[in-house]
Amino acid sequence: MNTILARSKNLGQYGIFGAFVVICLGLAVINPQFMTVSNWTIIITQVSINALLAFGVTFVIITGGIDLSLGSMVAVTGVVAASLAHPDTYPVIVPIGVGVLSGVAMGALNGLVITKSKVPPFIVTLGMMTIGRGLALILSKGRPISNLSDSFNFIGGGSVLGIPFPILILVVFFILCTLLLKKTVLGRYIYAVGGNEQAATASGIRVNKVKMAVYTLCGGLAGLAGILLTARITTGQPNAGAGFELDAIAAAIIGGTSTSGGTGTMTGTLIGALLIGVISNGLDLLNVTSYYQQVVMGAIIIGAVVLDSWNQKK
Amino acid sequence: MTRQPDQLLQVRNLSKSFVGVKALDQVQLDLKKGEVHAVMGENGAGKSTFMKILMGLLSPDSGEIWLESEILKNADVNETLKRGISMIHQEMLVVPELTVAQNIFLGREKTNWLPFWLDDAHSNAQAEAILQQMGVDIAPTTLLKHLSVAEMQMVEIAKAISNNAKVIIMDEPTSAISDKEVATLFKIIKDLKQQGVGILYISHKMDEIFQISDTITVLRDGQYIGTKPASDLDQPTLISMMVGREITNLFPEIVPSKDDVVLSVKQLTRQGVFSDITFEVRKGEVLGLAGLMGAGRTEVARAIFGLDRYDSGEIQLNGQTVRVQSPAEAIALGIGYVSEDRKGLGFIPAMTIQDNITLSSLPQHAKAGWVMTDSEATVATRMMQNLRIKATGAAQKVSHLSGGNQQKVVIAKVLQAAPDVVILDEPTRGIDIGAKFEIYKLINDLTAQGIAVVMISSELPEILGLSHRILVLSKGKQTALLSTTEATQDMIMKFAMQ
Repeated sequence: MNTILARSKNLGQYGIFGAFVVICLGLAVINPQFMTVSNWTIIITQVSINALLAFGVTFVIITGGIDLSLGSMVAVTGVVAASLAHPDTYPVIVPIGVGVLSGVAMGALNGLVITKSKVPPFIVTLGMMTIGRGLALILSKGRPISNLSDSFNFIGGGSVLGIPFPILILVVFFILCTLLLKKTVLGRYIYAVGGNEQAATASGIRVNKVKMAVYTLCGGLAGLAGILLTARITTGQPNAGAGFELDAIAAAIIGGTSTSGGTGTMTGTLIGALLIGVISNGLDLLNVTSYYQQVVMGAIIIGAVVLDSWNQKK
Repeated sequence: MTRQPDQLLQVRNLSKSFVGVKALDQVQLDLKKGEVHAVMGENGAGKSTFMKILMGLLSPDSGEIWLESEILKNADVNETLKRGISMIHQEMLVVPELTVAQNIFLGREKTNWLPFWLDDAHSNAQAEAILQQMGVDIAPTTLLKHLSVAEMQMVEIAKAISNNAKVIIMDEPTSAISDKEVATLFKIIKDLKQQGVGILYISHKMDEIFQISDTITVLRDGQYIGTKPASDLDQPTLISMMVGREITNLFPEIVPSKDDVVLSVKQLTRQGVFSDITFEVRKGEVLGLAGLMGAGRTEVARAIFGLDRYDSGEIQLNGQTVRVQSPAEAIALGIGYVSEDRKGLGFIPAMTIQDNITLSSLPQHAKAGWVMTDSEATVATRMMQNLRIKATGAAQKVSHLSGGNQQKVVIAKVLQAAPDVVILDEPTRGIDIGAKFEIYKLINDLTAQGIAVVMISSELPEILGLSHRILVLSKGKQTALLSTTEATQDMIMKFAMQ
């Protein structure tokens, strides 16, 4: 915790981290159930899907883009994976592999259209959102796909050494995404493209390749999230994931990623996703209805951005 | 100093600090009616802070501002505009999708008897009257996006006039306009003087200052250094007031170049932009590229660097014919380009000095895609020392640096990619005299290392002082290739206007 605090030079991230701690302490005082291992296990498990999506979209937003097709990609990959995951058909690696690849393919298609046509990412991924939903319904013939193998369902419901599998995936991909963003050439280029696309081009960076990479990466992570969701609800649901893109974008923004590009961190996004999870869990414990929860969540998103813009001015 | 009754604008003991750093310390200013008063100083001297305070964009910590007989206290922008202080910003603050008349009356729209109903005919007529009075031929119904930078500037001045401005602040008004347009601007400034308008003029161009201003006030590091009539000053004295030390030889001695041709361009043509451009640059040579704004100099550079396509012609690098399709390829081939558009094409503001310096050569500092930060830090520190980049450290964000230091970071980035030829496009635009001097020395260092340099510049003394040979462009065609020994400013101008 201390290292996160010490290393976080971004005031916005710092501020949101403070808010996160305060809210957690507040909930702990009001409801002793909140600060239990079992409750936190539930929170983080629930957060894992949104966090994976948020990691993906953080890459995209840092380059100055956006991806609205996340939710539909979740549905497509879920349906694809489920259709290959019936007991005694293929080994479990097949539905996982093909599912992730279908996400990668959709993401790559997003990237291809965005870089070749120069149509704004907002429009392209909005189109892909509808296409993806249609594909999910076509592939599943509009019906949920159930009767999945135990080994596949383990991904969503199993535990290793008492730690739920989704949490392990979350931790692994948080580390991978952080390293990619902070330690690799691609990561540096992602910041450069979002910080000043023209200057990045003039510096010899192949901007289109960087954009292709982030949308593909985002699609792959969405694929993973789709598999996680399908395994958790033990069904491939063509209507699953609707609106997930907004939660993911919200997590990134709450975590200090600027929608104008060039700034953002995975740690911030993780805190953003956890904050969303903690608040909805806390409000549940306080018996606040989900209607009010939406109002609170919206206010927090706006509040986070206001906080960030104040910090920018300083 | 005490206040005098006949002054238009008087500033007394103005001070302003930012988090403990004094940006302005006891600054004084007296502006008379009909006077052009230049405010000079290096970048970071406090000029922009001073102007922002005058415009009401910042509030001072102490001191007084008097406009005629009234004191301006806690005045915001609206208040200062209403009282008659207007500013022509260096980066035009215009709305591109609105017409000339709509821009002129923005915020003070003309209405008919219904106070919310726009009266376009009235505002167009008034705008036309003002523009005519200025002697400018722009239709009030033209959209701003269709105007040149110089014309936009005229619209801004018209806006100030329509606002009955008593004081007009001009921030580097000639930085992006051609010599001919400068002449028009100066004529308008003279008309404004006659009408009793006081003008605060900020510029880095020395000749211009002596040509247009009556009085010069110098600031250095936020301190008020002094005010003198322009006629009592000469260039070296003014420079030493600004810099605080004497710069005797502005241009270093030119070292002869070697014989090997590095870059050879043959009949390079981009339809409708430039045609038949042919030149060679040798090892250790500086080829000056002179011409007026819009002559096609930057466009030629962009084509060589792969930012734009060219239709025909040939580019040879070290004897090999190359076809450059992108900056990435150009850099790999050994071509470096320092753009005239520093903010747009030069650096990533949100990134650190170190990250910017290694941006074009990052694979050199990486193993299997992983960046080795230590290797980066070594190079960045060395470059910061060599180029004398003034910063708190390699981890400082480039957006926080002065223009001159930003330019040095961009140059460092380009050099880090180990180019054989470097194209410097207006390398000293908008940077102060001290940093200019250092960049001149740097160009000399580059040639000493055998790097070939193509330098585009609108400042003729710079072209003459640094180049071995000078290529002059006019309207997309080359009109002369001169050796520095035979070239004079007049000669270059003659070929540039041909």
